[in-house]
Formats: sequence, C-alpha cells, structure tokens
Amino acid sequence: MQLAKSIEEIRADFPILSTMAHGKPLVYLDNGATTQKPLQVINVMEELYRTTNANVHRGVHYLSDRVSERYEAARETARAFINARSREEIIFTAGTTASINAVAFSFGERYVREGDEILISGMEHHANIVPWQMLCERKRAKLKIIPFSDEGVLDIEAYRTLLTERTRIVAVTHVSNVLGTVNPVKEIVAEAHRHGIPVLVDGAQGIQHGLVDVTDLDCDFYVFSGHKVYGPNGIGVLYGKADMLNELPPYQGGGDMVANVTFEKTTYNVLPFKFEAGTTNFTGAIGLAAALDYLSALGREAVAQREQSLLALATAGLSAIDGIRIYGTAPHKVSVISFLPGTIHQLDAGMILDKMGIAVRTGTHCAQPLMERYGITGNIRASIAFYNTEDEVEALVKGIRRVTEMFV
Amino acid sequence: MNINEIQDQIIEEFAVFGDWMERYEYLIDLGRSLGPFDEKHKTPEYLIEGCQSKVWLYPSFENGIITFTAESDALITRGIVALLVRVFSGRTPAEIVDASIYFIEKIGLRENLSPTRSNGLLAMMKQMRLYALAYKAKQEHQ
Repeated sequence: MQLAKSIEEIRADFPILSTMAHGKPLVYLDNGATTQKPLQVINVMEELYRTTNANVHRGVHYLSDRVSERYEAARETARAFINARSREEIIFTAGTTASINAVAFSFGERYVREGDEILISGMEHHANIVPWQMLCERKRAKLKIIPFSDEGVLDIEAYRTLLTERTRIVAVTHVSNVLGTVNPVKEIVAEAHRHGIPVLVDGAQGIQHGLVDVTDLDCDFYVFSGHKVYGPNGIGVLYGKADMLNELPPYQGGGDMVANVTFEKTTYNVLPFKFEAGTTNFTGAIGLAAALDYLSALGREAVAQREQSLLALATAGLSAIDGIRIYGTAPHKVSVISFLPGTIHQLDAGMILDKMGIAVRTGTHCAQPLMERYGITGNIRASIAFYNTEDEVEALVKGIRRVTEMFV
Repeated sequence: MNINEIQDQIIEEFAVFGDWMERYEYLIDLGRSLGPFDEKHKTPEYLIEGCQSKVWLYPSFENGIITFTAESDALITRGIVALLVRVFSGRTPAEIVDASIYFIEKIGLRENLSPTRSNGLLAMMKQMRLYALAYKAKQEHQ
C-alpha cells in the first residue's frame, strides 16, 4: 500500500510542522492529544466564512441553502467514512465527550433503573468513565469494570462473566489512548448482543488509524472527535443505529430539534435533527468532512501501514535503552507508545524533551484508573501520525537517551 | 540577606548558563541537594497536588521565624522547590507577605509557575503566603 503523496508533499500540507520550538525544529509526537490540520481543512473553513456563511436549515435564502447543502454533504462524508447505513444515523456533536454524555443521559433516561449495571473497561479515558458514573449516581445503578492484563489486553473471559441480566449497556474504547491496544470490539459487540445488550464504542483513538466500519462492527453507538482525525476542534460525531436513536429521548431541547412547539406540548423532529438542538457547528462539520476526504484520498490503509512502521521503529529504539519500561505491548496496537525511562519522573523527561523541540504528553493522559492499575503516577506518551518521519522517531529515541544521561 | 538580595543572587547564578540544558542540569543538582523532608509529613495535609507532579510543603514557626521544608516527586520541580525554600524559609511572616517575587521570571522559569502547567509550584507559592498570613494574624493576636 502506497500513500498517494510523498512524505515531503504530505508535510507541506501541514504548515505547522515547520514550526521552530525553542529554536529547534518541532517534532510533534502528541497526536493522541490532538492532530494537526492540513491546508485542505484550514482553507475550506476560511473559504466557508468568506463565501458561504449563513445559518443552516433555517433560511429560504441563497446562502442558507448553500451552507445547508454543504452541511448535509459533510454528514454524508462522515457516514461513508465509517460505513454507516444511513445519514440519519450521523449526529454532529461537539466531540467524543459530548457524544458519550449524550448517550449516557438519553440511554440512561430511557433504559437504566436502580440496581442495573453499566459495563466499561479498566482502560477507559475519563470521558468514557465519568458520564457513566454520573448516570449510575442518578439512577443508583452499578458501574462494573472489565479487567486487562499487564500487556494491556482486555480479559475477554472476565468480560463474558461480567455480562449479567442486569447489564444495560457496555461502553468500551476501540483503542486505548495510553496503551495503544486495539480492542476486539467486534467480538465484544457480538457477545453483548447475544444477551441483547447494546454497545457503545469510544472511537476517539480509533478513527484516525485506519478503517472503521460500524456496520461490520455492528456496534450500537460509535463516537469520535474531529480534532483527533486532522479536523477542527469543537466538532465530533455520534453514530447510533437508527432504531436505537429513535427510541431515545433527546438530551437537549432547543431550535431545529423540534417539529412543533406549543406551550402545552412539543413534538420532536426526526433523526438526525432530534439530537442537534440549536445552531450546530456547521463550519466544524464541513471542516471535518474535508479532513476525512484528505485521509481517504491519501489512502487509509497506507496511513495505517506507515504508522505501524514508525511504531515498530520507535518501539525498537526505545526498547534498546537501559531501564526503559513500555506500557502497552498488546499484539494488536496503534502508533501510541507509553513508557518511563528508569525511575525518571515523566514531567522531568517531558520538560527536557520540550527544550529539544520534541512534543510528547506526560502525566496520566486522563486515564487515572489505568495508571493506578500499573502503580504509577503517570508516564510519557509518544503518539505518532503518518506525517511524522523516521528522523523524528530517531530524535525521540536520542532525546530519551540524553534524558537518561542527565538524570543518572 | 533579605528576600530581594537572595533573589538577585539566584538571578546572578543563572546568568552564567548558556543554554537550557545547563539551566536544567543546575536545577536537577539543586533538586538533588534539597534538604531532607520528614517522611511523616508526607500526608494529604501537606500535599499540594498538581496534575503533573506533587509537592509537599511543611511549615514550622518558632521565635517569629517560619521554616519551610519541602519535597517533590519530580526532580526539576524539586530544583525549583529548593529555590523557593531558599527565598522564603527563615523569614518573618511579614517579610513573606510583603515579598514580590521576580526571580522566577528573570531566570526564565515563568512557564513553570503558570496555572496551566499544574506541577504544584504555583499552589506551593500561594500556600507559603497563606501560612505566612496565618502566622502573622497569630502574632498580631498575641
């Protein structure tokens, strides 16, 4: 699989990659936190504000029609990207967090009662923990946790036994933001469905690393953020099966989500508008579509392959350093590598790397229970994107070697 | 030496460093040489929790003088902690309350005291001032 462009051409699409940080060429390895945006996204958003700005779905006038068409075209792009069956199953939200909160609220109102159980995994980001905890508090339900091995692999046997007649929903991450593990979500969904239990998949770290096919996965919900897939921030997607979404009450009231409003009774609009109250982030949605188009044109499988080869390089380079501990060694993982060099504190290492121009994430990565599982207060995470180079991976390895020398 | 003289002394010490690595290496040395912190004070009461690193700060007050001992789990943070202890420990409450701290910015470590860095240092400085205010109030009551 070949990328449709050379690495030089790709890097030219991302102007920010030529930044100098503290006088050194920026080495951006914090793609798990947010990804950089290609000109194709930046330009479309700028062009939109210059030429096609009006409110969507509200006007009978020229501009409103134009922008509404483009907004709905963006929905179609998102639908095709994850292979959903219909465009009404694509709800635009503010991001992954907003999407999970929406499901936790609406699903919880409709289906969760006292004594019921919600099942999540031990490797979730706080965004896929806290909304469910809030739901459990509201409904006096119980939160159950699927354990995982030291390598970062979910314990599927334990998962099977945790599914009970009280389980109402399973919410599990597609890819761990710390360990990089790609979870067997298709298997997880199939197992839950045998018991008639729906599954939400947190795709925040899954969407940008290759193919996602929600029809094949058969999950009931799949959620992701635009900014982690080379699109703008403040936009995300909540995919839900139409049958499921039709059953759920809306979680926000306002304009556009209604069919008819009187002071006595309001009836709701059809999907997807029922879940899109108020003026949506239509510029964000159109920018996101441009990002998805960019990835598709580049070749999604080729993107995944390139990232795998960079991951292998980083893993080999870092593993060769004395005393290094890598967190997350699952056989199936994406280009995320979390580690600690000896007993050196992650913040110390991160600060030195920063002065070398190398951007990594340090700390708990919004996954405190996972850190506790390993008995650490945090670690260093390098998250690699297709636009990173072999030289940049080498710079990271050299940087960590330098750090270990400084702290001897 | 008063607080400002110590601040000026620190600024002078840092002036000799050519690049960032030297500055950090010096902070690491300072962190290593920070005086011992009594393990029994490593309790939630004296913990200043940052998202990125932790700082413990223990005050004692005797003969009108506040003595601080402190500790951090990260070494560079510990180095900066050592500098703050050097400036603030062994002072009267009034000296601390009236102090204006400028050395951090002058030695190029301002980003380490930004609210977004969340390493516990900004909160540590605030906490030192709060202890000083409390001891000052106590003195005025006597």
